[in-house]
Amino acid sequence: MKPNKSVGIIGYGAYVPKYRIQNTEIARVWGNDPNLVPIREKSVPGADEDSVTIAIEIARNALLRAGIDPKDLRAVWVGTESKPYAVKPTSTIVAEAIAATPFVNAADWEFACKAGSETIQACIAYVGSGMAKYALGIGVDTAQGAPSDALEYTAAAGGAGYIIGSAKESLAVIEGSLSYVTDTPDFWRRQHEHYPKHGNRFTGEPSYFKHVVSSSKALMEELGTKPDDYNYVIFHQPNRKFPLEAAKMLGFLKEKVIDGLVSPYIGNTYAGSALLGLAAVLDKAKAGDKIFCTSYGSGAGSDSFSLEVTDKLADRKVKAPSVKSYIERREEIDYARYARYRKKIRM
Amino acid sequence: MDVPRHWREQVRRYRLVGSKCKDCEKLSFPYRTVCPKCRSRNYEDYQLIGRGKIISFTNINSPPKEHKYNLPFAVALIELMEGPVITAQITDARAEELEIGMEVEMVTRKIMEYNDDGIICYGYKFRPIVEYAHP
Repeated sequence: MKPNKSVGIIGYGAYVPKYRIQNTEIARVWGNDPNLVPIREKSVPGADEDSVTIAIEIARNALLRAGIDPKDLRAVWVGTESKPYAVKPTSTIVAEAIAATPFVNAADWEFACKAGSETIQACIAYVGSGMAKYALGIGVDTAQGAPSDALEYTAAAGGAGYIIGSAKESLAVIEGSLSYVTDTPDFWRRQHEHYPKHGNRFTGEPSYFKHVVSSSKALMEELGTKPDDYNYVIFHQPNRKFPLEAAKMLGFLKEKVIDGLVSPYIGNTYAGSALLGLAAVLDKAKAGDKIFCTSYGSGAGSDSFSLEVTDKLADRKVKAPSVKSYIERREEIDYARYARYRKKIRM
Repeated sequence: MDVPRHWREQVRRYRLVGSKCKDCEKLSFPYRTVCPKCRSRNYEDYQLIGRGKIISFTNINSPPKEHKYNLPFAVALIELMEGPVITAQITDARAEELEIGMEVEMVTRKIMEYNDDGIICYGYKFRPIVEYAHP
């Protein structure tokens, strides 16, 4: 649940591409009811963006806040399900771009939408064991839903990353982390397929809610904490409804979810989703605030984290763009341009 | 597909690493092996900050086929904070959104890819600086 040596976040970075497509525009193209769309709009990566370029922006923002020499990073781990190469690590390109090479562990992690939070838990163990002074974990995706599929309304691009170091250097100390995993076939993509398949209503109760709630409850039990102890809570955000419902099931007040709820404005950034919500909360939090965060990845599992903010956050958070500034930097595009940028037209 | 050529240049292109003459301190980008000012061959790598101002720009309508995926895009002459002037693609902004004197920052983006089964080349581009305020 926690390493012998206390660790925390010493720097964090976020990034969301500039382009947006409205849910009503997707509904218009496929003849669906524009009043029944799940979110307002979602982010779309530019033609020259992919998980590598987004992860590089995230890593640079995290380094700006941490203020460390990238050569002191012993790990650069990228969690994603949208690797530009099927075989060739995303993480080596990111590590090279931020000058963390060559004495660094680099690997790509995969677990649907919780690939990013897995890297954070591994960073906690890597630094907590004394093997690494600092370690960087990133969750990023340029997610794709099949044209006309329900997931097309929310599958978005963006992510966030965290540099883990000793607790005394931290802007937020990690009090504990725990995972809850079962074999649940709610969402998958087979080799060489462009788009994923999903189990429709099966994705809710036995999948998202079971894992998010069980993982969150177990960590709070282990730590002896309760929802009232926390100022903010973040859950994986496949849409607007699910995280609010999970909060209600666990007994968190709605207002504790709102600051970290970014999916209505940018969509579901998959491996970046919960981590981007956490970054939005850190942008706002102050010393002494307690934060609870639980990711969810189909397949299925959740990672939960309990954090307490230190007085180092105030000076560091202003050193890189906030999540809000990326959400506000937007250019709306139509379905035709979206189809081109996302290579939905095969020539 | 010229993989070795891309590999030789990739670090400088990912991070915007130029070179500095150890004798007269002239900075250059791309890196050089002979100083254009004092003819010295005594050079070292120099990490540029990646910020500068547009001194001229143009819109590209007929690029080489590897860059067509990204049309329309602008190419600009950028005077870096440290002095060197470089030519680079502009991203996240169309030519009509640019002006001479505009401050820009370096980002690492996809430059081109060799079909669906080849290598993906990443490198520097510039974009208008992301303004930010904190809640």
